Amino acid sequence: MPQGDGIIYQDSFPVEGGNFETAGQVSGRIKAILKNLNLPKEIIRRATLVAYESEINIVSYATRGEIKLIVKPEEVIVEADDIGPGIEDIELAMQAGYSTANEKIREMGFGAGMGLFNINTYSDIFKISSEVGKGTHLHMVVKVNEKEPNEIN
Amino acid sequence: MTLREIKELLEAEVLVGQVQLDKEISTAFGADLMSDVLAFAKPGSLLLTGLTNPQVVRTADVLDIAAIVMVRGKKPTPETIRLAEELGIPILATKYILFESAGRLYSKGIRGCMEKVESDRATG
Repeated sequence: MPQGDGIIYQDSFPVEGGNFETAGQVSGRIKAILKNLNLPKEIIRRATLVAYESEINIVSYATRGEIKLIVKPEEVIVEADDIGPGIEDIELAMQAGYSTANEKIREMGFGAGMGLFNINTYSDIFKISSEVGKGTHLHMVVKVNEKEPNEIN
Repeated sequence: MTLREIKELLEAEVLVGQVQLDKEISTAFGADLMSDVLAFAKPGSLLLTGLTNPQVVRTADVLDIAAIVMVRGKKPTPETIRLAEELGIPILATKYILFESAGRLYSKGIRGCMEKVESDRATG
């Protein structure tokens, strides 16, 4: 849907907390949308990856949430909002290896404490805010024209 | 090496992707932690894992993984197979353990998608 402000595409998708069966569906849709928009492969990969990590976080910890995708010629913005327990110590949660995941999350192969760390690595801009007992907001930007983030991939 | 050669080397059963056996693969990553796969696996690599849930396929799709090999005789759930068919990601199943599978592939020229992690990414 074409919009003002240089926005090529904008949509938001609900994510159900606790439902591991459907976890990843929203990211799958986001990947398909970005492919249709003919964005560079690496941009699609990184934007899908941060969306996927956000989606897994909502499914793992929140009651419910929403992932918003905004595509502009120069950047892909992914916003993840949830209603949930929030994060007490963001600095700690950002550290590789820190996790509060339960057994069920770990059974799925997640909960290794790499989620926020990966998001930070794969996005060009990453902002996180959270209120304990209310929810968490993630703002992630993948720049289309910038060189790839320093290391991995 | 083609996926067909990988199948033969690992005496694997092809559960999804019979028509993609000519796909060329030169690197691989092995882990049972999807979080680590997301952190380290590279596009076009083979993924060796003991996990069988649909998230393995989702993760593979997000990362543009070439194919999944389920090790230690693990079999995917019906939902996992359905999703892999939908997304066109081959799944092979082998009775070899992860170590043995990796060793067999390495001895025939498949290399890790990275050799080492950087020191700041080694935690977790």
